[in-house]
Amino acid sequence: MDKDIIKVNDLIVAYDDEPAIWHLNMALKENSITAIVGPNGAGKSTLIKSIMQLIKPVSGEVWINGSKSRKALKEIAYVPQKGEVNWDFPTTVLDVVMMGRYVHKGWLKRPNKKDREIAMSALRVMKMEAFRNRQISELSGGQRQRVFLARAICQNAGIYIMDEPLQGIDITTEKLIIKTIKSLQQEGKTFLIVHHNLDTVEEYFDHAVIMNKSVIAAGDIQDVWTKENIDKAYMEMGAG
Amino acid sequence: MIEVLIVLIIASLATSILGVFLVLRNQAMTTDAISHTILLGIVLAFFITQDIRSPLLIIGAALVGVLTVYLIQLINQTDLIKNDASIGIVFTALFALAVILISRYADHVHLDIDVVIAGEVLFAPLNRIEVFGFSIPRALWQLGILLIVNGAFVALFYKELKVSSFDPKFAYVIGFSTTLIYYMLMTLVSITAVAAFDAVGAILVINFFVAPVLTAYLIVKRLDHLIYLTALFAVLNSTLGYLIGYNLDLSMSGATASVAFIIFTIVFLFKPDGYIVLKIKKRRQRKEFMHAMILMLMNEDEHETVTPGEISRHFSLTEPETKKQLETLEVEGYVTRAEDRYRLTVRGEEFTHYSRIKYGLKAH
Repeated sequence: MDKDIIKVNDLIVAYDDEPAIWHLNMALKENSITAIVGPNGAGKSTLIKSIMQLIKPVSGEVWINGSKSRKALKEIAYVPQKGEVNWDFPTTVLDVVMMGRYVHKGWLKRPNKKDREIAMSALRVMKMEAFRNRQISELSGGQRQRVFLARAICQNAGIYIMDEPLQGIDITTEKLIIKTIKSLQQEGKTFLIVHHNLDTVEEYFDHAVIMNKSVIAAGDIQDVWTKENIDKAYMEMGAG
Repeated sequence: MIEVLIVLIIASLATSILGVFLVLRNQAMTTDAISHTILLGIVLAFFITQDIRSPLLIIGAALVGVLTVYLIQLINQTDLIKNDASIGIVFTALFALAVILISRYADHVHLDIDVVIAGEVLFAPLNRIEVFGFSIPRALWQLGILLIVNGAFVALFYKELKVSSFDPKFAYVIGFSTTLIYYMLMTLVSITAVAAFDAVGAILVINFFVAPVLTAYLIVKRLDHLIYLTALFAVLNSTLGYLIGYNLDLSMSGATASVAFIIFTIVFLFKPDGYIVLKIKKRRQRKEFMHAMILMLMNEDEHETVTPGEISRHFSLTEPETKKQLETLEVEGYVTRAEDRYRLTVRGEEFTHYSRIKYGLKAH
């Protein structure tokens, strides 16, 4: 757990003239489960979107596995916020999970029977195989999140980047997602997760990045998860 | 005359399969803009070639179509105005420019704006070309090629179109260029719009792009099914529009567009979970609930026998309504009547027992 699988150097991101991220430095330890924590408007989503090159920074660098190229992104399984996609889209649960295989197919090639089997086993992990032919609009919030995680599993990437996966879901799904994440960690995967519930950080994560536009504290959960650090992140917001 | 029908069907198929992805991307109104602004491309290309039948006109139209999409995106990115407003601005500006250019410099040529907008598919067979020794309408030849191109595009890039329409950020991260897919789609939309608009007019082109897919979208829940059903509705609308237009001597384009609206309305109202079925279901639920309420009231000791008047005072029902409810209950054997007083039967009592369970109420 010593290698830095993602490195962010002196990142500045701004929306027009308002800086969302200010001189941010961080590193994601390989095989860790790392939380990104901070108040609303702290730039948490902006940070992960910058890592995935969905936002162009004003300055700074992002290294993924020692590479800055777009190809390096293929090592990332992205789990977006539930609200980011159109749930009325005419597609089934299995179809969405199969999209995780597209990265291995490239342009034009269609997924085959083997991809379908991989998708089905990902659905089984998330206990959603009975829903495979459901239209996605018929799913509850928790089921939607399970489908997204199944798609990420199906992608079989090394790094999972998740944007508030535990927001607005039932407790059963929350437990299942955490259990799945921990068992994927045993297989060598790395997690970077935007998290909103301060009460569960210590239980769910082994590393944390506490931020408010720049990093307040980052590292092993035992070292950084102190009242002082949390207050510092959340107080500045009130003062500013 | 059969050639007119074939032109209509091929035009509707070529446009509607692209329309599926426009509607899924909330871009239905962009087709409205494109099918008008391409006129500017036609006019500009005509100034260069001075030939109304030159293939350069299609290229000019396609370029302006893509320009339209680009300008709309550009204005959207400023975040100063909303998507529909930017469509409105770009659309009217480019279209107005085309109208000015035609009326100022091209008055003498056949670029009749009325025909362009309303279209007249009846004229399509008059303009013919020789293909492999067969004389066929030019529109049929062009649209036939576009149908094959568009069909191949959707078949080849099915997975890319799907993932980038559903979840564009995810599509980007896993290595697909969503911009490239988008502009490929919009280029084909522009080319198809100009070819179809020459044959059937702008109004029907817009209709072909959106009406069949919106109708199909009411029914199916999978993308592949949506595409097939869209094609089916496209053929159905064209055929019915042709038959009505032909027999009643109406504008073919007008008849086809109207049929599309009627078919949409029928599906909207009568589909299994549609408006009418929902209304009927709600009505039945209300009626059943009222029955249960009345029976449960009569199950209480102090209301063992009741008159319609007492019930109507208890619930917000008029007396005639109450009488009707009680008559139904009597016919169905839940209550019996002695003069004007009603009481529960054994069957009625059983019913209240199950109603309490059904509505989650405490057992009596």
